[in-house]
Amino acid sequence: MYHYTGTLEQSGAPVDIKINLADGVPLYRQIVNQIRYRVASGLLEVGEDLPPIRTLALQLKVTPNTIVKAYGELEAAGIVRKRHGAGTFVADGGPPRLADRERKRIIEERIDALLSEAHHLDFSLDELVKAIRRRQALMASKTAVDKASSEG
Amino acid sequence: MTNIVEVQGLSRQFGATIALDAVDFRATEGRVHGLVGVNGAGKTTLIKHLLGLLRPTRGSVRVFGLDPVRDPVGVLRRVGYLSEYRELPEWMRIDELLRYTQAYYPTWDMAYARELLDTFGLDGKRKVAGLSQGMRAQTGLVVAVAHRPEVLLLDEPSSGLDAVVRQDILDAIVRTVADDGRTVIFSSHLLDEVERMSDHVTMIHDGKVVLNGSVEDIRGTHSVTGLTFAQRLERLPKIDGTLTATGSGRTWSVVHKTSVEELRSAVAPLGGELAESRSATLEEIFVARVGRATQRSEAA
Repeated sequence: MYHYTGTLEQSGAPVDIKINLADGVPLYRQIVNQIRYRVASGLLEVGEDLPPIRTLALQLKVTPNTIVKAYGELEAAGIVRKRHGAGTFVADGGPPRLADRERKRIIEERIDALLSEAHHLDFSLDELVKAIRRRQALMASKTAVDKASSEG
Repeated sequence: MTNIVEVQGLSRQFGATIALDAVDFRATEGRVHGLVGVNGAGKTTLIKHLLGLLRPTRGSVRVFGLDPVRDPVGVLRRVGYLSEYRELPEWMRIDELLRYTQAYYPTWDMAYARELLDTFGLDGKRKVAGLSQGMRAQTGLVVAVAHRPEVLLLDEPSSGLDAVVRQDILDAIVRTVADDGRTVIFSSHLLDEVERMSDHVTMIHDGKVVLNGSVEDIRGTHSVTGLTFAQRLERLPKIDGTLTATGSGRTWSVVHKTSVEELRSAVAPLGGELAESRSATLEEIFVARVGRATQRSEAA
């Protein structure tokens, strides 16, 4: 694949991302999550370009800073890399091996947030674990469907 | 981050009417700032102060560190402005308008202006008087951005426009920020548009700032929570920290600023339990704070 530079814009892969204002998740995080799953499921392949910030901002009708923040987070997680010059692409071999301590820190931060939310909403630990398993199963089946439909 | 605009304690009276009351407002470089409020809340008055068109009754206004009333040329050269009325000289052709406007701006980029005209499919030979509302907005937009302003000020830019031209306006906002790292301040009654397009939101009501912060912070501190009561309630008693309540009988829904935990203890004595909770949308917060619904974007 060749990339034209200059007058033509680099388009990047069309990414079908849906933003939902009502679901309470910050917009940049909705973008991060959806790109993560697309990469994890192979819908976005290693080396493939993400849309330029301006293009995705326009497509989703969001402030470019939301995309900057989302791409920044994806880069910090090792899922994408910035190309020298311009553009962002899916990184090779998934997330780089972070130091164990760092991996633990990141996941523990998320767990703490989830636990405190669960506590506020009166979920027992058992219920929470069950809910996590249920979501995981749902996601796995969805990803399979997405993948099948994109290949078919 | 640099403050491009700094407004402190700004009050403005028109006769006996208080249009702005001790308003603080800040705009930082490279961000999109949304101004929301009902008609007559004071958004336009604030924007006119930034342009130096009005003199503060009290307080101070600084744009690039300059006082726009005392140094209008220094400020206006670096600002692009489009109002909902899209005032343009009726007798001119678009080409003439561009050349005329160019004379005021050392940084005018005629190639960019032509590119935008092309994108919009506007014929430079057309007279302004014969343009539709949408074409006027597009022409006004070219005039507002072709000198590559450091700050783009848009006062209800989407008002009365179809989805296509609204997208052109969003495009101008995105380009200003994404390509040049410049600053946008826009007012709108389309709250979903503001919520998506803004990094920072300022809500004005009756001339006062009632809410000011990043979109994430504002949403993070306002929740919508369902309540279920053991008994039917004719009306929901006032609960600390709640802004509004809707519902009837045993099920109610409140917009609140308190934590879910605080709400739980507040409703427990009333025999209430919490149902689902989520962060409120800007629209819900706006209605709760200002007490009046506004139009939603038809294109959303």
